[in-house]
Amino acid sequence: MDDQAGDRPFLQFRNVKKTYDHKTLVVKDFNLDVAKGEFITLLGPSGSGKTTCLMMLAGFEDVTSGEILIDGRQVTSIAPYRRNIGMVFQQYALFPHMTIRENLGYPLKIRKQSREQIDQQVEQYLALIELQHFGGRYPAQLSGGQRQRVALARALIFNPDIVLMDEPLGALDKKLREQMQFEIKRLHDQLGFTVIYVTHDQTEALTMSDRIAVFDQGVVQQCAPPHVLYERPANLFVADFIGESNKLRGAIEAVEADSVRVRLEDGGLVSALKANCCDLGQPTTVSIRPEKLTFTERLGDAGNRVRARFVTSHYVGEYIRYHFETANGSELVVKNMNDSSAPPLAPGDEIALAWLPQDSQALDGQEAPKPV
Amino acid sequence: MKTPSYYGFWHHLGNRLLKLFSWLVLLFLILPILVIVPLSFNAEPFFSFTEGMLRLQPDAWSLRWYEQVFSDPRWLLAIKNSFIIGFFATLLATVLGTCAAVGLARAEMPLRRFITALLLSPMIVPLIITAAGMFFFYSSLNLAGSHLGVIIAHAALGTPFVIITVTATLTGFDYSLARAALNLGASPLRVFLDVILPLIRPGVISGALFAFITSFDEVVVVLFMAGPQQRTIPRQMFSGLREQINPSILAVATLLILLSIVLLLTLELLRRRAERMRGIEIPQ
Repeated sequence: MDDQAGDRPFLQFRNVKKTYDHKTLVVKDFNLDVAKGEFITLLGPSGSGKTTCLMMLAGFEDVTSGEILIDGRQVTSIAPYRRNIGMVFQQYALFPHMTIRENLGYPLKIRKQSREQIDQQVEQYLALIELQHFGGRYPAQLSGGQRQRVALARALIFNPDIVLMDEPLGALDKKLREQMQFEIKRLHDQLGFTVIYVTHDQTEALTMSDRIAVFDQGVVQQCAPPHVLYERPANLFVADFIGESNKLRGAIEAVEADSVRVRLEDGGLVSALKANCCDLGQPTTVSIRPEKLTFTERLGDAGNRVRARFVTSHYVGEYIRYHFETANGSELVVKNMNDSSAPPLAPGDEIALAWLPQDSQALDGQEAPKPV
Repeated sequence: MKTPSYYGFWHHLGNRLLKLFSWLVLLFLILPILVIVPLSFNAEPFFSFTEGMLRLQPDAWSLRWYEQVFSDPRWLLAIKNSFIIGFFATLLATVLGTCAAVGLARAEMPLRRFITALLLSPMIVPLIITAAGMFFFYSSLNLAGSHLGVIIAHAALGTPFVIITVTATLTGFDYSLARAALNLGASPLRVFLDVILPLIRPGVISGALFAFITSFDEVVVVLFMAGPQQRTIPRQMFSGLREQINPSILAVATLLILLSIVLLLTLELLRRRAERMRGIEIPQ
């Protein structure tokens, strides 16, 4: 135990590893520091180990090696029912034989609070989730969104150190999901609890989190605030998994302070920000977001250019997706705002696509692993 | 039932015959039981309908055999024994069977199938063999000829029923509920008492009813194990058939039929309740 409680991260995963069969590691060396009150999302494809990390923190899975510390205190040897961690389950897990009021009061009853205290807290939380008139009902009599709110309140009512959410909105339809995202954020801002949130839905992760840890193959690929993750992906997996990316392959021709010049395979020379590349002569992939690429004149002469042939376009509404192909067969997607000044294109037309160097990243390697 | 329009003569004939045959099978099953009921109200000490009964003369019918049952100390002892033994055997079987079923439902339980087969064996092994084995084993423990011995023996016979019914309610049990309770701070014992037990209660109660019926109409083990002081109703009927040929046996039989009907109705009500509960468990 160190004395500087103020500087110590509230929750720490240190070199956490997990294997079920003593052969393959589901979680390989997981490290994460979480500050008190932070909203952290573990994002990744299914089977990437994110839920396992949550289960280890909740105490439903053993840690194979490494340690998990809450406020400097080792939790791996504490029984799940003594950890004081709230959890919202994917299928709500409300007790069907108890009313909403009894469900909410259950953790308080376990903690041997007095009847008056319990009643008062339950009413307060019912008001918080705006279900004052539903306290006497059974979970089966509520809609999916209402049950989700009860599950959330039940995970918060006993004032846990940390609240875990395992794909809590997975069973809701799109509209309800957006409402609930807002609801969770509102409660988080209001009550200031620490959240570890697991999802495979990147929009959910981007809109709600303070920081996102992107998981793949049991390893955190990048842990950063949403805008950093999107604008400055650390590697090809992240660039591919978060949002959409155009990828141009080439080799490093010159290295500067924080940017590189890349000779593309079709011969063009472009500059890009330095990510996790870069040695002279090494192969690299330049990644550009579709909305940063343009074929209009809005960038003028500034920036990189590459020639491509127009293939087809899809009308989406607020924007139009244009598909292009470079001379050596790389596919490029351009998202252009629905803008009447855009030049008309016919299939086969050759045109220059432009982007700003600071909107592109030179990433290591050339084969992006396909997101599952 | 409406017959399809393409039915011809032979179809209709076959259909009628099938219906007739089905009714005959039903009568075959139920008649021997039903015939006992009117006979138990016989005014004469016969096991057959008297002329007066067939003509529905009031003086040919009576409750005398019921009176006799409730005034005969041997019958009263048998009734008392049946209920005492049935109650405690049921209690024991229910506790043991529920614990076994909950344990066997866990995925990490080793040798699940083997242990299940072992626990269910009293249902499969011929009763006479179980009874003989129990007799020799319990005699060496000085349990033969005692209430405790009969109770334990009947509990062993009733436990498999409890295991089966509780296991049935546990399949499809949402274990995230147990995790949720643990997460909210409940110790494993409280999780069982507060969450698991209330949700599997229909299975526990119907298992208990089966265990009770098993004990209540069991005669083979009682023949081996029970002394005169442990005679139960079936045992008393068994000796009554040989010693005191009068319709008081039929009166007892009618009472037992009534009890069975009540228990079956209870089971049906439980089943409906369980269905409603299941409706609650399925989200949306």
